[in-house]
Amino acid sequence: MFQIFTQLADWLIYDLAGLSSSTKVGQALHFFVEDTTKIFVLLVVMIYFIALIRASLNVERVRDFLAGKHRGAGYLMGAGFGAVTPFCSCSSIPIFLGFTSAGIPVGITMAFLLTSPLINEVAVLLLLSLLGWKFTVVYILVGMAVGIVGGFFLDAIKAERWLQSFAAKALEQGRNNAPAGSVAVESMSMSARHQFAKEETLEIFGRVWKWVIIGVGLGAALHGFVPDGWIEANLGDGQWWTVPSAVLVGIPLYSNATGVIPVMESLINNGLPIGTTLAFCMSTVAASFPEFILLKQVMQWRLLAILFAMLLCAFTLIGWVFNFLFPVM
Amino acid sequence: MKTIKVLGSGCAKCTKTAELITAQAAELGVEVSVTKETDPQVIMGYGVMRTPAVVIDEQLVHSGSIPTDNDVSGWLQG
Repeated sequence: MFQIFTQLADWLIYDLAGLSSSTKVGQALHFFVEDTTKIFVLLVVMIYFIALIRASLNVERVRDFLAGKHRGAGYLMGAGFGAVTPFCSCSSIPIFLGFTSAGIPVGITMAFLLTSPLINEVAVLLLLSLLGWKFTVVYILVGMAVGIVGGFFLDAIKAERWLQSFAAKALEQGRNNAPAGSVAVESMSMSARHQFAKEETLEIFGRVWKWVIIGVGLGAALHGFVPDGWIEANLGDGQWWTVPSAVLVGIPLYSNATGVIPVMESLINNGLPIGTTLAFCMSTVAASFPEFILLKQVMQWRLLAILFAMLLCAFTLIGWVFNFLFPVM
Repeated sequence: MKTIKVLGSGCAKCTKTAELITAQAAELGVEVSVTKETDPQVIMGYGVMRTPAVVIDEQLVHSGSIPTDNDVSGWLQG
């Protein structure tokens, strides 16, 4: 099914532009054309259909659903909803406060917010098309686990002690009030769903297309210009220190999943072990300074520092475990 | 005069929403005062979780996206 994109790249680069498939430049450009066209077509088609299905899911309904849930189930569902509920990252703070003032524990709210950047429909689509379903399943499980375990840990250390005082007060009030009755589920007509899906597709595509170009461009550069076997020879054994280094390198690189996944593909194909690659990518996507500065509005420095350290440890552990379990995938 | 607040953390969409309302009000000749509200505490007070949101004379009328031209002219003339 994806062969058409290989053929298109063959035709454009080798036939039309007359570059040889044995040159580095030819290979890099071929990789670039094949991947960008494939990703663009997939994104437009799939975002539309996914949006059609989830048109009536929004953060208000998730909040009402999570409020008053038992903690154990809450972490799992918080992470699950984080993966599938659409929201703009500029809404993170209002969502945090909305959940908190409904009395939802900080850990469950953070399970939702941590999972969200790691897993979303664009990331899953890219993984499926570039790295195959096995890797995709592993990625989703690991992403959910970060949210669930992270949330559990935050509640275990009573993270709510270190909220800003107004947020702590809102949580206290929310706990004492009886959980709000659920909002009436409005049924959506097909034309309203189509309208939502159309807008969603345009918006998401408008936001991510440049990331795809940047990501695939970097991937192509790695593919074409890092000497064959260099990564494998130098980092291929998954030496223990490569994982924390990958996490540290990932922090200042602020990107979203769309930009990072094509780079992942290239790194893995060049022989970087799967654990090191996962650690690098998750750190790039989920631990970014701009997001943390935003969270300062609702959390004290102490909690921010704990959260940051927690993520760094989590990604390093994930990297080590995967390098140990799957030396070559 | 209508007092209009655009709630949001100062992202591009919130700025656009405020501009849209100001422009439409000028076109329709409706007197308004448009302010942007970025304080998370205030936003929480209106129970808003998806920004940008629009509050007219202390009534929440919209949340979660840039409103359409039709929405805006409806509020201004309503």
